[in-house]
Amino acid sequence: MSVSFDLTIDDIYEEFEELVDWDERCDYLIDLGFDLPELPEAAKVDEHKVHGCQSNVWLVSEITPSDPPVVEFVANSDAMIVNGLIAVLMALYSGKTPREIIEVDPKVVFAKLGLERQLSPLRRNGLYSMVDRVRKLAVEAEASK
Amino acid sequence: MTKKLLDIEAIRRDFPILRKPLPKGLPLTYLDSGSSAQKPQCVIDKEREVYENFYANAYRGVYRFGAIVDEELEATRERIRKLINAASVDEVVFTAGTTMSLNMVASGWGRRHVKPGDEILINEMEHHANFVPWQQLAAATGATLRFIPLTDDGRLDMSRLSEVLTEKTKLLAVTGMSNVLGTINPIGELAARAHDVGAFIVIDGAQSVPHGTTDVATPGIDFLAFSSHKLYGPSGVGVLYGRKELLDETDPLLFGGHMIDRVYKDHSTWAGPPAKFEAGTIQIAQAIALGSAIDYVNAIGFDAIHAHEQQLMQHAHKRLSEIPGMRIYGPGPEHRGAIISFTIDGTHPEDLAQLLDRRGVFVRHGHHCTMPLHDLLGVSATVRTSFGVYNSQADVDALLDAIQFAREKLRVA
Repeated sequence: MSVSFDLTIDDIYEEFEELVDWDERCDYLIDLGFDLPELPEAAKVDEHKVHGCQSNVWLVSEITPSDPPVVEFVANSDAMIVNGLIAVLMALYSGKTPREIIEVDPKVVFAKLGLERQLSPLRRNGLYSMVDRVRKLAVEAEASK
Repeated sequence: MTKKLLDIEAIRRDFPILRKPLPKGLPLTYLDSGSSAQKPQCVIDKEREVYENFYANAYRGVYRFGAIVDEELEATRERIRKLINAASVDEVVFTAGTTMSLNMVASGWGRRHVKPGDEILINEMEHHANFVPWQQLAAATGATLRFIPLTDDGRLDMSRLSEVLTEKTKLLAVTGMSNVLGTINPIGELAARAHDVGAFIVIDGAQSVPHGTTDVATPGIDFLAFSSHKLYGPSGVGVLYGRKELLDETDPLLFGGHMIDRVYKDHSTWAGPPAKFEAGTIQIAQAIALGSAIDYVNAIGFDAIHAHEQQLMQHAHKRLSEIPGMRIYGPGPEHRGAIISFTIDGTHPEDLAQLLDRRGVFVRHGHHCTMPLHDLLGVSATVRTSFGVYNSQADVDALLDAIQFAREKLRVA
């Protein structure tokens, strides 16, 4: 899986500092969503589907054979604001080592971005399931070392 | 639009929540009354009055407050009886809501009377609350669940009713009005046809009762379920109507206080309906305030409410239809009530709902508890707008503006 995605969570923090309210952040998330790397249609199958979402979300991930190994993933939703939130998760997690992933508390990150309402099990937009899936992958990779 | 049917500005003043602007001074455009309606001041005041002036438990105390609470509750029960034209207040049971009421029929009546080989007839437009209980009942009793086919425009295909409504049919459960398609079903004809083959009819009135006149006497509804909170009343309260002889043969779902006749160490006997179905402490203040909600809608008049909402829906339907990429689900305005669900090509309902919210337009998105219907429609989610007595043309204008805003943001305009 080779995906060009060089947005970092620090870039997003920086951008968010300029944005005063949800309206502006929402616009930015939509922009991020439109720029999200696209999964090929063939990858949008049940096997990759993230459950617990009102919109459809597909997530494809792998652990690279590099040293140290890192987790890489791409996810796509059919909802654009969710795609923007996926971009935030990708910036946060993708290309990180399993240990780095385990050490990040996504709730703290989303609270810092003022997006805590978006990352709630009640929203059912699947972000939580995505976070769970990526963290599980990292925990398994860490355990098999 | 033609002549003004109701003084909408006066009605809107009755609802305190509608007078409060949202942040940034945006007016509230509430288009989710199909989910839950806002409350007029008189309902809010009544609930408060109960707590401030005479609150006590119901049907237990002989002291002054207990007696007032009982009188108020029974006055509400009588208002409900009149609202639906039931023969007796004993046929009116306070429940927790439509879902509870339907489950009471499916379990309490169904498990006693439905036998292996019987058929239960529903259809794919039903809300999960009028779908899953019958599915469970069929599984528990060995009965078969059958479906009235739908037409392409989302109505019951009455021309094919006799294919599925037969002498084997024990019970027909159907909504008065679809919570997604807005389809108004021909309840009178369905009841007559069901009775012709010896079947009973259960009506999910959650969506239909708030929007027009309901009459269980003609042509004879066997069970009717509806909720207070969609009828401008408090949440947590609902109604189960059942014909007296049917309620007599329905087992209670909950056992406990108030519902008994006599408890012995080894067995118990039940009180008659409605007490038999009202175990425990009911939602006292809420049930009393439902009476005020009924007074409120009666004062406006269901004919006027219906005419106003239909006119608004027709106007919204026409304007929405003009939007490029718009797909409206369900029949034309002549066969639907004040609900319009749609998708817009190239956009997701979740994005639309979030962007509409930014313009102060509150709509619901998702499958609206009708997954089988959405499977049939071939979409996983829709946006639903639903109208209440307080909605006006200005709300429709705000909806259209907000949709244009959302389409631009989502780059389809």
